[in-house]
Amino acid sequence: MALLEVADLRVSFDTPDGTVHAVNGMTLSLDAGQSLAIVGESGSGKTQLAFAILGLLAKNGQATGSVHFDGQEILNLPEPKLNKVRANEIAMIFQDPMTSLNPYLRVGDQMAEVLMLHQGTSKRKALDESAKMLDAVRIPDARSRLRMYPHEFSGGMRQRIMAAMALLCRPKLLIADEPTTALDVTVQNQIMELIADIQRDFDTALILITHDLAIVAGACQRTLVMYGGQVMEMGTTDDVFEAPSHPYTLGLLNAVPRLDIPQEALQTIPGDPPDLTRLSPGCPFSPRCAFADGPCRETMPPLEGFGQGRLRACHADRETVT
Amino acid sequence: MLVFIIKRLLVAIPVLLILVVGTFILMYTAPGSPFATERGIPPAVLANLEAQYGLDQPFVVQIWRYITGIVTEFDFGPSFIYRDQNVNDLIGQGFPVTLTYGFWSFVVAVIIGGALGILAAVKHNTWLDYLAVGISIGAQVLPNFVLAPILVLVFTLWLGWLPGGGWQGGQWQYIILPVIALSTSFMASIARISRASMLEVLTSNFIRTARAKGLPMHRVIFRHALKPALLPVISYLGPAFVGMITGSVVIDIYFSTGGIGQFFVASALNRDYGVMMGITVLLGTLTILFNLLVDILYAWIDPKIRY
Repeated sequence: MALLEVADLRVSFDTPDGTVHAVNGMTLSLDAGQSLAIVGESGSGKTQLAFAILGLLAKNGQATGSVHFDGQEILNLPEPKLNKVRANEIAMIFQDPMTSLNPYLRVGDQMAEVLMLHQGTSKRKALDESAKMLDAVRIPDARSRLRMYPHEFSGGMRQRIMAAMALLCRPKLLIADEPTTALDVTVQNQIMELIADIQRDFDTALILITHDLAIVAGACQRTLVMYGGQVMEMGTTDDVFEAPSHPYTLGLLNAVPRLDIPQEALQTIPGDPPDLTRLSPGCPFSPRCAFADGPCRETMPPLEGFGQGRLRACHADRETVT
Repeated sequence: MLVFIIKRLLVAIPVLLILVVGTFILMYTAPGSPFATERGIPPAVLANLEAQYGLDQPFVVQIWRYITGIVTEFDFGPSFIYRDQNVNDLIGQGFPVTLTYGFWSFVVAVIIGGALGILAAVKHNTWLDYLAVGISIGAQVLPNFVLAPILVLVFTLWLGWLPGGGWQGGQWQYIILPVIALSTSFMASIARISRASMLEVLTSNFIRTARAKGLPMHRVIFRHALKPALLPVISYLGPAFVGMITGSVVIDIYFSTGGIGQFFVASALNRDYGVMMGITVLLGTLTILFNLLVDILYAWIDPKIRY
């Protein structure tokens, strides 16, 4: 029994320029304690997927389909019921640590309120617990840090605090939405190590959303590649990296700068991300795809299984995509 | 913090001095005289009057006497129009009145305006929002010299519930109509500012974090969004409070409340130099004090501000 099961999830936003289709029939499942990376470029719908799961979409957004979590349907659950799931069962770490903490409240108060809310802990005990958690994410001198405000911490430290806050209730699932984007490279590494450790030590399932393939490699068991709000391919991280089966994955992997071979210029995927207000019935990647054919532009290829638990959605023959 | 406050109070001294000198120069150069009448008075009488009030002295002597009078005896001099009263008496009479209805206007404007603004922001783009915005625009465009007669017409003449004027030592019946008339436009501004800033705060990332923590909406609003949303409102409230407690000539004249708003305008028209200077200094001092208070409140709300 999977912990999280997302089926045919669609997210759209009503805007003055028309309806933006951010997520278009996403399907994925995740077992307890497992880790999954969702990879795709900006605008591929990965963040909105996460927001839809937690009911955090902007007011003009709506989600349809199904999100089954731990035995209950949580998509479009009324706010009071959803609030019992948030932080308690599914916690989230956001993209920008500089603005994700409330600048007007002490860090300790922001952390403690999670425990006070979900577990009815007294403030004193909640603060004790928060200090322990700051210890666990390797913030030195945790006790006295509780009294400080977010602006007194660096970006990396704030992301550690976000992680600590997310873990307070021992959630079953942690969603990390580009947790390292706003940080410099050395700090990125520390945060990724921290997230990997957390995942192991607390035995939570992890969804890591990123556009940075380099950080996926070590952190997640499985990788899902997303484009135009749809699954392009999925498999174990090793399989996907070693033998990509989708032209988009191939393009992404080629675009990673390499130091081991001489390169004249950075490899890119030609073209732009799709216009999400006017999606064609075909594969969203077809306008940029070197392998695209007539059928690619007319019908979306179905998501088909092959090999060991791998999935791909592509009309082109698997052997030809290299 | 204490050092900051002391510094600011010390800076206030030269500011007030400049205000006094500036106003004095303006009055000195303005044509007209407090003793001018329709028929004109004999030059000898005029000279006597001017000598009595010190107006025959050179400018520098006049202003020196005025400032030393304030500094040494806290004496703002005589009124040039009300023969037996000095400025301190007049302000002492009028200011408590203005302070009373101004204070209550402030309370009403903040509570209703703030509630309307926050409600409109939280229920953004619903009929509640449109209603709140409608009310505040209506209140904003309705000047108090129009509102005051309407209030009297409805509550005094038609319904007979409230007196149409007078003060009677500040009994509550006499306070209500002036408070409504004075607070309405301030309320509208507060509603507008708090709605806009609350809307902006509600889209910020830390509000999303708060929601992701599973906090119920009222906790998100009052614990996480209210403080930052209040900041722009507070910077408006400082000057607005001074504006309210120093009264309004329309309120004073229309409701015969006898506050200093009326004295202020009358003193300018009558060239009552003493009263005009006195009220100007009072206004200036209050403005400086409440701007300081706003800065202190800012530091209290926003931990990034430290003096």
